[in-house]
Amino acid sequence: MTDKPFIDIRHAAKSYGALEVLKDISLQVRKGQIVAIIGPSGSGKSTLLRAINDLDPLTKGEVWLEDMQVNKPLPPRQYERHINQMRQQIGMVFQHFNLFPHLTVRGNITLAPKMLKRLTEAEANALAEKQLAHVGMLDRIDYYPSQLSGGQKQRVAIARALAMEPKVMLFDEVTSALDPELVEEVNLTMKKLAEEHMTMIIVTHEMRFAQDVCDRVLFMDQGVVVEEGPPEVIFRNPQHERTKNFLRKHLQGNAQ
Amino acid sequence: MLRVYPFFLAAAWVTIQLSIYTTVLGLICGSLGAAARLSRSRILRFVGAAYVSLFRGTPALIQLFILYFGGPQIGIQLDAFEAGVIGLGVNIGAYMTETIRGAIVAVDRGQSEAARTLGLSRSETMRKVILPQAARLMIRPLGVNINALIKGTALVAAISVVELTYTAQRYIGSTYKPFEMFLLAGVIYMVIIYVTGLAISWLDRRARIS
Ligand SMILES: Nc1ncnc2c1ncn2[C@@H]1O[C@H](COP(=O)(O)OP(=O)(O)O)[C@@H](O)[C@H]1O
Ligand SMILES: [Mg+2]
Repeated sequence: MTDKPFIDIRHAAKSYGALEVLKDISLQVRKGQIVAIIGPSGSGKSTLLRAINDLDPLTKGEVWLEDMQVNKPLPPRQYERHINQMRQQIGMVFQHFNLFPHLTVRGNITLAPKMLKRLTEAEANALAEKQLAHVGMLDRIDYYPSQLSGGQKQRVAIARALAMEPKVMLFDEVTSALDPELVEEVNLTMKKLAEEHMTMIIVTHEMRFAQDVCDRVLFMDQGVVVEEGPPEVIFRNPQHERTKNFLRKHLQGNAQ
Repeated sequence: MLRVYPFFLAAAWVTIQLSIYTTVLGLICGSLGAAARLSRSRILRFVGAAYVSLFRGTPALIQLFILYFGGPQIGIQLDAFEAGVIGLGVNIGAYMTETIRGAIVAVDRGQSEAARTLGLSRSETMRKVILPQAARLMIRPLGVNINALIKGTALVAAISVVELTYTAQRYIGSTYKPFEMFLLAGVIYMVIIYVTGLAISWLDRRARIS
């Protein structure tokens, strides 16, 4: 347990004008760890996740990935180069997939590796095939996103992120926009990644999934981490009133 | 009456050429204008905004007059056709600036977020992700601009470019048939606009399918 943190968020704070969305959050994630972030809507979960790759820059605080500071203060030009490098190592999957509609599944997956890793067409194709096989979507390689179901789109989005061989994967409510019967296929894909010891931070409203897959659960409310711990503790024996209230609402109907 | 047809055909050709050159110049100005409007530089954004409000906020005819009649006073010597193309092109470019900018900002924010998240730079994101999608969105509205521009070429009759409108006016004198002359010009404009419209619909459909 003395491992150096893989991801280290130090005193993260973020405001929109007078609205404090994140209030001095610190979080360390070890390599291979799988962290779930839960909490009510508007509590700052997405903002925290999006601060990790600087999509939503912090007002204060630092984000480190291994021994590199992601949000390193640099002059604009240098920063642009630095952050593009960092982002290649941080995969992200969004609630609304954000696949590129003008490209096929293959095109979606090979775009970044071809441009950024200078892969040849053949290498990029091999990579796309490998990643698609991994998420069970190889037979759709020449489809356009509009020809896929929500669950299939999300699996392609995961494959697209994985194709950059990131060190960390960030998931922001990736099953929230899906029809209930399509959630499982995406969850299974994420479970598979978990078994392969991918380091993951998963914002989710699916308590059961968090319980099954994650090593650690953070409960956020109003811009602070109210409580955190292993899923057994957070879900079975939460300490804070706010956590209890939240879980009472969200565990209804979920088998315990 | 029959003897005027060849002159009208020649004039129609001039109108078509005017339209083509103006469209090309308009697209160039529109692209530069949109780039300026969306630039990270405050100065460029201001230049872009000033261009749009200046050229959309004054009559195109006045802009043409300033260029053609006022130009020589400040050392700009252009023949009427050149002045027509430049005047109309720069004018329609202001409208196209807004069309192009509108199409670019209409591309979902999630698209650039996804591209940036993969590590693509701003310009790579623009080229590979945003512009290909914006291009599809802008075909129809640019078609509207081009439609307006073709009709707008009639303005250059006022600086004596021998195009359709000017030709119609000229043959009223010898034929005493203003109704027929203007009707003929109108019909030819309609054909040009109709064919252009078909071409734009075709482009739009093609962009959608692929
Ligand atoms: N661009 C923005 N401008 C102003 N407020 C924002 C912006 N983005 C998010 N917020 C606010 O920040 C708070 C946290 O948002 P978010 O991180 O999306 O919450 P969650 O993901 O937990 O639902 C919310 O109150 C939201 O309204
Ligand atoms: Mg959110």
